[in-house]
Amino acid sequence: MIMTLDDLNPLMPLLIVTATAIIAMLMIGIRRSYLLTGAIAITGLLIAAIVAATMMSYTNQQLTPLLIIDQYSLFFTLLICAAAMFIAILSFPYFFNLDDHKEEYYLLLVVATIGAIVMVSSNHFVSALLGLETLSMSLYGMVAYPLHSKNAAKYPLEAAVKYLVLSGVASAFIVFGMALVYAQTGSLSFSSLLDVSGSANGLSDSYSIIALLLITAGMAFKLSLAPFHLWTPDVYEGSPLPATGYLATIGKAAMFVLMLRFIITSEALSFPSIVMVFSLLAAASILAGNLLALSQDNLKRILAYSSIAHMGYLLLAVIASYSTEGSISIEAVTFYLLAYVIMSLGAFAVASVISSSEKEFDAVSDYRGLFWRNPWLAASFMTMLLSLAGIPLTIGFIGKFYLFLAGVEAGLWALLAVLVIGSGIGLYYYLRIVYQMLMPEDESLRYRIAGIESLSSYGVIAVLVFLLLLLGIYPAPVMSIVASVSAYL
Amino acid sequence: MILVVLISVLFLGGVLAWLSEGFDAKFPRVIALAAVVIDLLIMLSLLAVPESAESAWIVSLNAQWMPNFGISFHLAADGLSVLLLLLTGFLGVIAIGSAWNEITERVGFFYFSLLWTLAGVVGVFTALDLFLFFFFWEVMLIPMYFIIAVWGHENKNYAAMKFFIFTQVTGMLMLVSILLLAYFHYVQFGWFSFDYLDLLKVNMSSRIEMWVMLGFFIAFTTKLPSFPFHSWLPDAHSQAPTAGSVILAGVLLKTGAYGLIRFAIPLFPHASMQFAPIAMTLAVISILYCAKVAFAQTDIKRLIAYTSVSHMGFVLLGIYAWNAQALQGAVMTMLAHGLSAAALFMLAGGLQHRIHTRNMQDMGGFWAKVPRMSFVALFFSIAALGMPGLGNFVGEFLALLGAFKANITLTVLAAFGLIFASVYSLWVIQKVFHGEYKNTDFDDAQLSDLSRREMFYFAAMMLGLIWMGMYPQSFLDLSEATLSNLLSVTQGVVSSVVQQ
Repeated sequence: MIMTLDDLNPLMPLLIVTATAIIAMLMIGIRRSYLLTGAIAITGLLIAAIVAATMMSYTNQQLTPLLIIDQYSLFFTLLICAAAMFIAILSFPYFFNLDDHKEEYYLLLVVATIGAIVMVSSNHFVSALLGLETLSMSLYGMVAYPLHSKNAAKYPLEAAVKYLVLSGVASAFIVFGMALVYAQTGSLSFSSLLDVSGSANGLSDSYSIIALLLITAGMAFKLSLAPFHLWTPDVYEGSPLPATGYLATIGKAAMFVLMLRFIITSEALSFPSIVMVFSLLAAASILAGNLLALSQDNLKRILAYSSIAHMGYLLLAVIASYSTEGSISIEAVTFYLLAYVIMSLGAFAVASVISSSEKEFDAVSDYRGLFWRNPWLAASFMTMLLSLAGIPLTIGFIGKFYLFLAGVEAGLWALLAVLVIGSGIGLYYYLRIVYQMLMPEDESLRYRIAGIESLSSYGVIAVLVFLLLLLGIYPAPVMSIVASVSAYL
Repeated sequence: MILVVLISVLFLGGVLAWLSEGFDAKFPRVIALAAVVIDLLIMLSLLAVPESAESAWIVSLNAQWMPNFGISFHLAADGLSVLLLLLTGFLGVIAIGSAWNEITERVGFFYFSLLWTLAGVVGVFTALDLFLFFFFWEVMLIPMYFIIAVWGHENKNYAAMKFFIFTQVTGMLMLVSILLLAYFHYVQFGWFSFDYLDLLKVNMSSRIEMWVMLGFFIAFTTKLPSFPFHSWLPDAHSQAPTAGSVILAGVLLKTGAYGLIRFAIPLFPHASMQFAPIAMTLAVISILYCAKVAFAQTDIKRLIAYTSVSHMGFVLLGIYAWNAQALQGAVMTMLAHGLSAAALFMLAGGLQHRIHTRNMQDMGGFWAKVPRMSFVALFFSIAALGMPGLGNFVGEFLALLGAFKANITLTVLAAFGLIFASVYSLWVIQKVFHGEYKNTDFDDAQLSDLSRREMFYFAAMMLGLIWMGMYPQSFLDLSEATLSNLLSVTQGVVSSVVQQ
């Protein structure tokens, strides 16, 4: 196939982000300036997001066997670029006082974003693996970033090594599974395993199931679905806050989109045993995530466990996708991912606004009386937490509404019961944080902001709260967008 | 449009009250009072709307909200809604009055929470789209959580959390039921709808209907509350500040009963009629068991909370008897209990504010010290125990009368509740207000009689109860059209089930 320059047009967002990385790298070579590097990264991501948004209405193209640029991938490219931009803005004050080279952090962040964009646009094993590894490799760096700093607040090395080793193992599982699929189908593109199993030259069904199980296990590691979740709380706790935010939002969302595309194209859910495995993963994640969060006193660990539970909720809609007519389950996944990114990002944003690389306020008791000291910040945090708990007026409620609808249509009663129980348990630990903020101030715990205060971080929180409430009260326009992009998958 | 104004006045009033705290700590309560009074006046104006022949709805509004799923912003009010709206507005004023001097910290946020709770309640009483209904159902929870968690007493975290988790989890069951109903509508008619009037037409197989109905039933009886879902109520009441108790007992509990009347039975007439004996049994257990438990309490607020559960049992009994008298009785009991329970909680709250204890073991002989308060307490205790001439009697009498037609055994048992009510009510009066006064167990430096402002509120509630008791027809007329309408909708089903 001969490629012309026109064929590169659909790749614009990816190319812009790549160019941003290169420009930022050259810039660091010429002159070390934290502000300038940050500004380049933020501008580049912003432009990529805008370009992705404008392209969404007309682009739908398979570009080389590796990448598919359709409305669905562009929707998530937009989401990822916007989220990465917000994280870049939040990182600026956080790392401002770091006693080490700070500029390369943005480089890692932008490169990770390239990986995430490739992941959401891939329907081929090679591009999927390349994207996945690009994202993971950059994340190891981001997690370990304050390593040489004498005052590093946390345990970045422990977190990074843990993440590196376990994520490497997970990748190995995925690669092995891919090899088995390749032996089965003779193609590295995502394609149906169902047709092959039935035909004469295919291997047996059980062979496909083993391949799918290996891939599922690897992906479950990356998504931290129970029982593959053990690394999550430690890595979340040990990483610097913006990196945790990145890992929890973009890292999860990109991986989920990739998994969704793979499962749908390969028709993995037509094997009853795979449906069983997914149902168990979902139920275990919802219960383990919510139950283990109950006894935590560290905000990052609570958010880690809550993210495990949320991945379980999402998996319910994925399972529903096989037995529902139309695209309602895909819409549910898409909308909930959007909601999840907005609300978790918001929660991490609040925590990182008052923290810095030297001092992180991540114990639940640090938030005591925040509502009376800084009502706007605390109110924003409360909206985020209530949204994570799925309370109306927020996007989290509409997301949960979608999930329930998908579950009801597919008749997944057992999983719905688990979802209700899990959400009920979840209320407890979200409300515990809310209650801490409502308690009278503790005079001995003088509130201060670690590091520097930056108006732009408050701006990010304001935008996220606005989106969260707008989409919670009047979601109709976004619902139609989600419906139209979901039809492409 | 008038209903949107009704809700937005409360929402905006809440925000204004919160913001105004920055200027002067006295502003929030004035703004809150103004907002609720405006609302009350608008609600009264609904009474003047002439009845139209073709529809029972006095006012209604239907706008698109999420057209993809057939969710609309559908608000409407009929006689039943208006009655409960008036109760909400009236008790809203009373609640602000009871908080006037009691709440001294974070006043702005307090009135914000109070008004948002009321806004949620007004929404619940007027929403006719089930998604919207659920939305308001949850909206009234969070501010109520704040009221208990911030201004509550010694064990507020536990009480607030329990309140929230009970109502939220059962609410989620209702959400599943609502979605199932919408899905069956989709299967049957080919398009999604959450509109009450559309969903009334959905047919289901009887087994599924029972499951879906149970989702609603559990959510509503938790709020009501009825045995076995009542255990959150004593905690919430004993920990909540007075204004919170007033709203909780007077208005929030009524949303559960309203939900049963408006949604649970008309949407699932078949399953409800089959389920009615169980529901009525639960009602009788609530009436008798909670009256017994109330008698064993030493905490005066817990005692009143248990009596609330007991009295709401009559409401549940009347609703599931599902005939004209019983329903009228249930509605009257809702209104009368709203006033009497709110008044009793205000008295208990007033006492706690003055002597810093709720323990009845320490109290005694208050009549000599605070005669006006004692008289008021006697009046409302007598009202609560069902003295003829006051509203509670009319309600409970009608509920029993109607229930007698439906199930004689259970009604006879329930009637014993009236005797128990006399026992515990008079026992409280005797324990707290009669006997010899001693102040060894508490500090009585601030034990003063009711102020003129407090007397004004209590007098208003007394007048309300006397009016209900002496001329109940004025209330019965309002709800009559709605109730007979609901009865006629389910007529065919009921008779077929009864014949089986």
